[in-house]
Amino acid sequence: MPILKRLLLRLVTTFVTLFGVAVIVFVVIRVVPGNPIAMMLPPGAGEDDILRLKALYGLDKSIPEQFLIWLGGVLQGDFGTSITTRQPVLELVLSRLPATLELSVMALIIAVVAGGILALTGTRLRGGRVEAGIDVANGMALSVPDFLWGLVLILLFGVLWPVFQISGRVSPNIDLPFSTRFYLFESVLRLRFDIWADLVSHMFMPALALAIPLAAIIAQLLKQSLKETMHLDYVTLARTKGYGENHVIIREALPNAILPTLTLVGVQFTFLIGGTVIIERLFSYEGLGNMAINAVINRDLPLIQGIVILFALIFTMVNLLVDLTYAALNPRLRRG
Amino acid sequence: MKLSRRSLLKLSAASLTLSGFGLPTLAQPIEELVIAYNVNLPSWDPTVGTSAVNPTLQGLYQSVFDQFIAQDTDLSQKPGLLTDWGWNEDRTQVYMTVREGVTWHDGVPFTAEDVVWSLERAASEGGGNPIQFIWSTIGNFRIDGNRITGDVLRFEPTIFKWMSFLTGYVMPKHYVEKVGADGFEAAPIGTGPYMVEKYERNAYVRLKANENYWGGAPEFKTVTIKFVTDAAARVAEVESGNSHVTLEVPYEEFDRLKAGRLEGVARPVSDIAMIFFNDIEPMTDPNVRKAAVMAVNKQAIVDRLLSGYGVPIDTLQAPDYMAYDPSIRTPHDPEKAKELLAASGYGPDNPVRFTVQTTRGYKPKDYEIIQAIVGLWRRVGIEAEIEVYEVAKHFELRAADQLAPAAFYNWGNSIGDPTTSTGFAMFGPSPHSVWDGEDLIGMIAPLWGERDEEKRIAGWKAVDRYIAENALVLPLFQYVQPILHAPGVKVVPHASGALLPHLMTRA
Repeated sequence: MPILKRLLLRLVTTFVTLFGVAVIVFVVIRVVPGNPIAMMLPPGAGEDDILRLKALYGLDKSIPEQFLIWLGGVLQGDFGTSITTRQPVLELVLSRLPATLELSVMALIIAVVAGGILALTGTRLRGGRVEAGIDVANGMALSVPDFLWGLVLILLFGVLWPVFQISGRVSPNIDLPFSTRFYLFESVLRLRFDIWADLVSHMFMPALALAIPLAAIIAQLLKQSLKETMHLDYVTLARTKGYGENHVIIREALPNAILPTLTLVGVQFTFLIGGTVIIERLFSYEGLGNMAINAVINRDLPLIQGIVILFALIFTMVNLLVDLTYAALNPRLRRG
Repeated sequence: MKLSRRSLLKLSAASLTLSGFGLPTLAQPIEELVIAYNVNLPSWDPTVGTSAVNPTLQGLYQSVFDQFIAQDTDLSQKPGLLTDWGWNEDRTQVYMTVREGVTWHDGVPFTAEDVVWSLERAASEGGGNPIQFIWSTIGNFRIDGNRITGDVLRFEPTIFKWMSFLTGYVMPKHYVEKVGADGFEAAPIGTGPYMVEKYERNAYVRLKANENYWGGAPEFKTVTIKFVTDAAARVAEVESGNSHVTLEVPYEEFDRLKAGRLEGVARPVSDIAMIFFNDIEPMTDPNVRKAAVMAVNKQAIVDRLLSGYGVPIDTLQAPDYMAYDPSIRTPHDPEKAKELLAASGYGPDNPVRFTVQTTRGYKPKDYEIIQAIVGLWRRVGIEAEIEVYEVAKHFELRAADQLAPAAFYNWGNSIGDPTTSTGFAMFGPSPHSVWDGEDLIGMIAPLWGERDEEKRIAGWKAVDRYIAENALVLPLFQYVQPILHAPGVKVVPHASGALLPHLMTRA
């Protein structure tokens, strides 16, 4: 049972990774300059006020003591209380996670579709002006960071040709009759396409800004893999059997060429989630990334810890998923 | 596919139709006011936690809650939920008269009991009010109809000023006791001009006009405040017509957009830029401090870096503050600065060296301003090295009294009282103070409890003069707040910097 063994091994390493991340983030945010108590001191506060506030937030104890108290809480599902909002961290973080996941998945879909089309087109019309044009476009897409794409999109589709919403996740005048926070997903299930259109109108620009660099990477790598595969014997055999070029590329070359791209997409997806921090800020999108920036600015230590742990969990889970998918698709790995 | 003229026209028509769908334009009459606000609202209770002392959130709070005493747009106090207030003759008691006929957003009548409960809650040690040390100076309240009397437990001359300042809000006793802190966060109510209809944390708040508001129903019946923290996105919001009003945009953008289809209003607000001097080497040399002050051309900095949007200041009092004294001047005099440095053995060839700390991007052009100042200092014989830090580090270093010899900061004071500007910034024992000279502590200490108001203000003016003469701090300028808005709305700015939708009307 190699896959099950592999899964168990990865789950163990996941827990070890999460524990390591927890220790590092806990220590680092307490060691770096800027403590939350100094930020919340009102004018006229004295030494007594400082001591009172430190005791109130448990910052009067040593870092190991604080960590053990926090870890004890986490093991019971209590990630602490946010200093700025005075709400439970777990509740806050979980309420924002669906927004970020939906945005990331939408960006991934755009990137895979756009990158895939560009790669297939470039392979089909290789050696000509179209491929050269795709290479130039890829180069441009990669050399501009995602937040700059965001600004360009805001200017184009928010100001000059205002077809998309610039900020937020959903229009405030829409009442959401949903039971989860996966609004986009639930709007489809409930056939509320009016809400779906509004959500897409808000999500499209941030998702596209995130997707552009990833689409370029996918296009480059997949095109390269396809071109290499096109010279292999079995592809030549398919040609001699009389199959058309489109059939040869899509049915014969693509299944093998896609494997390295799949690994890359998995790794890049985690980077894409990391990229939401800046993009969500730019578009005032109510996701985890936006919340993370506020937490860092306000030195909201419990909230920073909660967000980082969740990000780490997502990263490890995505990597695990990629490994399993790769194993499922690759017969050599499947057999161990 | 060939693109014919006909298909191009069809495409253009479709694009125009699509672009008009669901998105507001500047030309449309405004039914629902949309404001792109520059900060998030983390918490609804304006009396506890860190949000309660965040000056940038007060405009949001004042839309829903009323303060004990109202404040006019020029910072002066006026009757609000309290219509009359003061001390008895020997200042051992306070009295307050509560407005009648006011109701909470849930329709329950507002009473004197709400005022007393709010004051006692604020004064409670475990209550979480960051200004508890001020509210605890009065107590033992008695209610007689709509009249409240209480004992002065420790005389605090600014107690009534605080009733228009941070955490000075009246909270609904019946409602908080019924729903608790979490219930209040989920559905807050107040007596203010707007009621919270819908709130999505980190995203927006949708407000509905309080038709029974004691100060008159607001003109805009629905107001949506979007939290758009990125300045470029806020500019795009108003430029595209998605929002009707925004604030805190770069001054260059303000001028550009004001010259086009949008309108703008810019007025000085109660927020000043300054450079703290720490009483460590080389700032213990008065010649170095005085030269550092004289070398700076504040007007040139305002004109060239802030497009003229700023008011140079000579003390920590802005012109609309109570203890402002126009006769206290610290003129720009680079020649005199050179002479002073020469007297201490310094000059352009043998400069005095120190570090100046600043934030970068926390306030408009903060880093550029410090760069300009360092350039001006260099001309007279001061070689300053710039150290950039986050504002959180500034707070930590300031509380620990470990700032560099010079450190840039901004100081807000929306009640205009000298205790909350010069007082807390310059009184050595305060964790916010940087200069710890005993002489200054000796001058300020008696003013905290001074019962004679004229004498108190005169005392603070003397303190400001002493600070200016000895160059214990470098006041730079008063900030000007740029507000951009659509032509269909008239915006009345508030000197506190609070953007208040109930003061907005249709143009």
